[in-house]
Amino acid sequence: MSSRHSLFGPLEDVAADAGHTDPPPRVGFFTDTSICIGCKACEVACKEWNLVPDDGFNVLGMSFDNTGMLGADSWRHVAFVEQALPLGGQNPGLSGLPIGPSGSEEQAEVAAAGLRHDERGGGELGTGPVDLGMPSFQRPGDTGGAEGRTDFRWLMMSDVCKHCTHAGCLDVCPTGALFRTEFGTVVVQQDICNGCGYCVSGCPFGVIDRRHGDGRAQKCTLCYDRLRDGMEPACAKACPTDSIQFGPLDELRERARLRVEQLHEDGVTEARLYGDDPHDGVGGSGAFFLLLDDPEVYGLPPDPVVPTRDLGTMWKYAGMAAGVLAAAAVSAFAGGRGR
Amino acid sequence: MGSNMAECHPVGFQWVTEAKARGAKVFHIDPRFTRTSALADRHVPLRAGTDIAFLGGVINYILSHDLDFREYVLAYTNASFIVREDYRDAEDLDGLFSGYDPETASYDPTTWQYENTEPTSRDSARPQEHKEEAAAYEHGAHGPEVKGAAGNIATDPTLQHPRCVYQILKRHYARYTPEMVEEVCGTPKEHFLRVCEVWTANSGRERTSAVVYSVGWTQHSTGSQYIRAASIVQLLLGNIGRPGGGVFALRGHASIQGSTDIPTLFNLLPGYLPMPSASTTPDLASYIEHIRADGQKGFWHHADAYIVSLLKEYWGDAATPENDFCFDYLPRIDGDHGTYRTVMDMIDGKVFGYFLLGQNPAVGSAHGKLQRLGMANLDWMVVRDLVMIESATFWKDSPEVETGEIVPEHCRTEVFFFPAASHVEKEGTFTQTQRMLQWREKAVDPVGDQRSDLWFFHQLGLRLKERLAGSTDERDRPLLDLAWDYATHDGDEPSADDVLRHINGHDLTTGRVVDSYLDLKADGTTSCGCWIYSGVYADGVNQAARRKPRREQNLYALEWGWVWPLNRRVLYNRASADLQGRPWSERKALVWWDEERGEWTGHDVPDFEPRKPPGYVPPPGATGPSALHGDDPFIMQADGKGWLFAPAGLLDGPLPTHYEPHESPVRNPLYGQQGNPTRRVYGRLDNPSNPAPPEPHSEVFPYVLTTARLTEHHTAGGMSRWVPYLSELQPYLFVEVSPELARARGLEHMGWAHVVTSRTAVDARVMVTDRMKPLRVQDRVIHQIWLPYHWGGSGLVDGDVVNDLFGVALEPNVFIQETKVTTCDVRPGRRPRGRELLDYVTRYRERAGITLETGTRVATTDGLGGVSHTEPTKGPDGPRRPEEDA
Repeated sequence: MSSRHSLFGPLEDVAADAGHTDPPPRVGFFTDTSICIGCKACEVACKEWNLVPDDGFNVLGMSFDNTGMLGADSWRHVAFVEQALPLGGQNPGLSGLPIGPSGSEEQAEVAAAGLRHDERGGGELGTGPVDLGMPSFQRPGDTGGAEGRTDFRWLMMSDVCKHCTHAGCLDVCPTGALFRTEFGTVVVQQDICNGCGYCVSGCPFGVIDRRHGDGRAQKCTLCYDRLRDGMEPACAKACPTDSIQFGPLDELRERARLRVEQLHEDGVTEARLYGDDPHDGVGGSGAFFLLLDDPEVYGLPPDPVVPTRDLGTMWKYAGMAAGVLAAAAVSAFAGGRGR
Repeated sequence: MGSNMAECHPVGFQWVTEAKARGAKVFHIDPRFTRTSALADRHVPLRAGTDIAFLGGVINYILSHDLDFREYVLAYTNASFIVREDYRDAEDLDGLFSGYDPETASYDPTTWQYENTEPTSRDSARPQEHKEEAAAYEHGAHGPEVKGAAGNIATDPTLQHPRCVYQILKRHYARYTPEMVEEVCGTPKEHFLRVCEVWTANSGRERTSAVVYSVGWTQHSTGSQYIRAASIVQLLLGNIGRPGGGVFALRGHASIQGSTDIPTLFNLLPGYLPMPSASTTPDLASYIEHIRADGQKGFWHHADAYIVSLLKEYWGDAATPENDFCFDYLPRIDGDHGTYRTVMDMIDGKVFGYFLLGQNPAVGSAHGKLQRLGMANLDWMVVRDLVMIESATFWKDSPEVETGEIVPEHCRTEVFFFPAASHVEKEGTFTQTQRMLQWREKAVDPVGDQRSDLWFFHQLGLRLKERLAGSTDERDRPLLDLAWDYATHDGDEPSADDVLRHINGHDLTTGRVVDSYLDLKADGTTSCGCWIYSGVYADGVNQAARRKPRREQNLYALEWGWVWPLNRRVLYNRASADLQGRPWSERKALVWWDEERGEWTGHDVPDFEPRKPPGYVPPPGATGPSALHGDDPFIMQADGKGWLFAPAGLLDGPLPTHYEPHESPVRNPLYGQQGNPTRRVYGRLDNPSNPAPPEPHSEVFPYVLTTARLTEHHTAGGMSRWVPYLSELQPYLFVEVSPELARARGLEHMGWAHVVTSRTAVDARVMVTDRMKPLRVQDRVIHQIWLPYHWGGSGLVDGDVVNDLFGVALEPNVFIQETKVTTCDVRPGRRPRGRELLDYVTRYRERAGITLETGTRVATTDGLGGVSHTEPTKGPDGPRRPEEDA
C-alpha cells in the first residue's frame, strides 16, 4: 500500500490502492447529455441484464420521467427537465406565437409533491428527502414570468452510480460487502451485505439504496460480470446515440474535453463536465457527465463530498478533544494532589 | 417533417446525431416539440395537417427567387415538358383539377397528360373503379403508365412556354406566399423563411439536404401528396439520387418495408406487381399489357418476366405456357377490399372469417369501436400474437361490453388464439427503411406452443391441401396445385433460408439460384418469389447475412446486408452525375462514367445500365430500358424523368394542393374546395364525422387533435404493455396540453380530463407542458392537443383506446386512414361510463348537428350543395338520420 492516505483527493490508481496487483486500466462511463434522446434504453437494458425488478408503475408527471430517481430498483435513471430557458444556439420556435406564461413550474410542483413522499432514495433511513436541487425546485427567474414565454429547453440526462475514486458507500461499509474491483469500479456483494444501510447515508449522490422487502443495498455494478468477459456494460451497449460511452477513464476524459470544446465552438457555451475532476470532493468519478447547465438542474449535487474527506480533521479534533480532556483530567488529579 | 425520429426511430437517429457532430443542421418542423426537437437546431411549429401548404410555400420561394438547380432540373425532371391544352389547374377551378366528376368524387386524368402522350385506357375509362381499387398504390415502386412517353415529348427548354410543367408549377404555387403559409399553418413568417433560406442555401452542386418523414405525413386524407410535395422541392433543388439528399420514409416497424415489398395488401402482389382486376386484366396478356403501356421507357417493360416467374414460383410445374402459367389461379379484385371496408363488411354480415397476425386493431386501428363491432360479427377469427391482446378478448372485456353493445353470451364470433414466436425465436430477414435486408439468426427456442408465422402458414397450406386431396372441384385447383415445396429443418419448421432462395428465384433449367432479376425469363424457365429481391442470393450466397464492419469498407458499406434493387444504396444515383457523367462536384461524388473502361462506376452500385454512355440517344421506336437516354436517371419512370408534375398515377391531382383535413376547425383559405375532393368517406351511421367548414357547428369540436407513439411503447401495446420494464416507463395514458389551453379549460397537471369526438370520449391524465403551444390561424388562436395511443383494456398498464376517437376517412391513392389529425373537445374530469357515455356522445353529436351526411359532401366549390357520399347501414349507435332531425 502506498504511503499516501486514500481518504480524499486525486488517486493515481484506485485498483492498486485497493490492493489489486497489476490491475487493468480504470474504466468508467462518459455520459454526454447533449446527445441523449431520452429513449430510456439504458434503464431497460440495465434491468434486463442485471435482473433488477420493476419499481412499480408510478405516475410522476415529471415530464416523461416516471422513474424519478436512482434507487435499489433503478440503476440508471433518465431525467427530463422542461424549463422556460434558452439552450445554446437552439431555437424552440416560440417567437411570434400567441402564448402566455410557462407551465413548467406547475408541472414541477406536482412532480415534486409526488417525489417528496417517495420512500425510495433511503427515505426510511432519514437520509431523504434532501434538496439536491431536483428539477422540481425552480430557481428564481427560471420561468418566463407573467408575460409570454420566450424560451424553452428540454434536457435529458441518464444518471448512474458515479463509481467515485473515494467511494463513501465503500468506506463506511462495515461488512466488506462493498468492494473496489480490479477495474476501479465499486460493487456490492449481495451475499455479504447485511442491510445495515450505512452506505445509503454515506453516498453523497443519493445513489445506493436498500431494496424494499429485502433490505440489502443495491446499485449499478458497471456490469462487473460483463467487464470480466470483455464486454461493455449493458446500458452503454444499448444506447443508440452513444450518449453513454464506456471505456478506459483516461481516454473518456480526453474525448469529453474535446467534445466540450466542439460544443463551445458550436455556440453551446453552457456545456461543461461534471465529475471528471480528480480534485473534487470525491476524487473524481468513474462515471462523469457532460451537462448543459449547473448540476442542480439535473438533480445532481453541485459539490459532492465523500464523508471520509473530513475523517482526518474529525479524528484530529477528536484527538484534540481527547487530549484536552486528558489534560484536564490529569491537571485535575495533579491539582488535587497539590492541595 | 411528419417524423418524430428520435422517439420512433431512435436507432436510426444515431446517424442524425453523427451528422450533427459533423456540422449538419437539423430542423424539426412538427406540430409538437418532441424528443427530436430537443436535439434539433430549430423547432418550427405548424398546425397538424397543413404540411402541403408549408411545402408549397417552399416551392413558391424556390421558383420566385430562381433558386432551383437549373441544370439538374432541365436535364433530369419533366420541368420542360408541355402539358395538354385542355388541362385546368386548381388555380382555375377553385381547388379542383380538370376531369373531376362530383358524382363519383374521382378524376379522369386524361387532361393531365403531356401534349403527345396518352394515359392507359384503365386510367381514364374507369376512374371510379380505379379509385375503388386504390390503383395508385400499385405504382408503389415505379412510375405509372404513360403511353408514348418513350417518344419525343414536346418540350420547351427555355421553360417559358405557358403550358410547360415549370410554368404550371409556378402558377399553381404562386399564392403559397409566406403570408399564406402563416395564415394556413400558423407558422410565423420568420420561422418559415428561415427554413426556406437554409434549405435552398444548403442545396445545389456542392451541398445536399435530406428530408425525413414518417406516418406524420402519410396518415392524412392527402398523405401521398405530402410526399409528392417534398419530392418536388427535392427535385427542384437537385437533392434526389445524390449523396446526402433524398426523401426518407422511415417505416414504422422492423420489417414494414418488407411487408410492402412482399405485401400484405389487397391490391398488390410481390415486387409491386398489381393484383389482377376482374374487369380490366382478364388474362395474362392483358395484365402484362396493362403494366407496360405501349411505347414507354423503363424497366417495367420486363413485367412479363417478373409475373411469369412469380407464377412459376407459386405453382411450379403446374404453371405452363398453355394455361397462362396459372394466371387464372390468382384472385381478382373487383373493388375496395381494404382493411376498413372489410371491417364494415363484417358489420354488414358479408365477411365470415378473419386472420389477425401481429395486429391489434381493437387498439391500433382507427375507429376502434367499428373494429370491435366488426370482429364481434364473424363466424370465426384466428389471432396469432405474443400475448392475449384486446383483439382476442374483445368479446368479453371491450368497452362495448360495458356499454351493452356487445353481450359476451351472444357474441357469435369463435376466437382461436395461437401463441406466436417472437422475432428472436425464429430466423429470417428484416427489410428496413433503406430497403436493406438483414438476416437474423434465431437466438432462443420458442417456449411451449409458440410457433413461427412461417410454420403456421406452411402447416395451414399442407393441411388444406391434405383436406382437399382428391377434390375435383375446379375452385380447389389453385390450392392443390400450389408448389409449396419448402425445405424444413428441426422437425417441421420451414427453413427461412430456403424461402429466401425461393424469393431470390431459380433457373429451372439448371436448378441454380439466379443472380439478379435481369436473369428472369417470361418463358417459364425461371421462378422468382419477388423480382425486386432477386439477387439477395446471388452467387448462391445469402447476401443479407453479410456483416463486414463499416471500417473495413467504404462509406456506403456495400457488403453489409443487401439492398434491393441489386444492392444499390441510393436510388436513381445516375442523377448524382451531370449530363456528361461527371459528379456534380467532387464533394458529392457517388457514381460516374468511366470513359476509359466505358462503364458507370463509383462508390455505390450504379442504378443505371452499366455500359450505356451518358450521351446515349436511342434509335427511334425503342421501348423499355433500351428507350432510356444516357441522361434519363429515373429508370423506372415511363419517361425516364423525375416528375415535378404527375401526368398519371395519382387519383387526387397532378400537383400537391393544400386541402384541409377531413375534420378541421377552419375553412381552407386557399380554395373553395375545403378537403381532398377524392378522399374516401364512408357515410354510415356507425361512422360519424365531426363537422368541418363550410358545414356549421365545427366550434363544438374546437381543438386540433393529433396522436403518435412514445419510445417506451410499441404501437398497440402488444409488445410493451405486457413487459414490466417498458410499462413502468410510461404507465398511463396522458393528454398533452399547452399551459394556455390548461388555463382556458381548467385542466390541472396530472389531473383527469376527457377528450371527446363524435365517436366517443376517452379519459387521460393531463400533462401540462410548454412543449405544446397554441398557434394563430386566420386571426384565431388554435389549440392542438396530443395523445399517445398505446393503451387498451388489457396488459400490466391499461387505459382508454385513443383510436376510438377517430372515424374512418381515407386517402384515395393508398387507403390510409387520417389518424394524424382530427378535431375534438377536451374537458376536465373523467368521462361518463356505460350507457351514459353513449348518451353523452349523442348529446355532442346533437349540438354539432351531425347527420349521416356530415363530412360526406366532399366537393365544396359550390358550398354545401354537392353530392353526399353515404351508404345504407343499420349501425347500432350512430348519428341520427337527417329525417329524424325534423
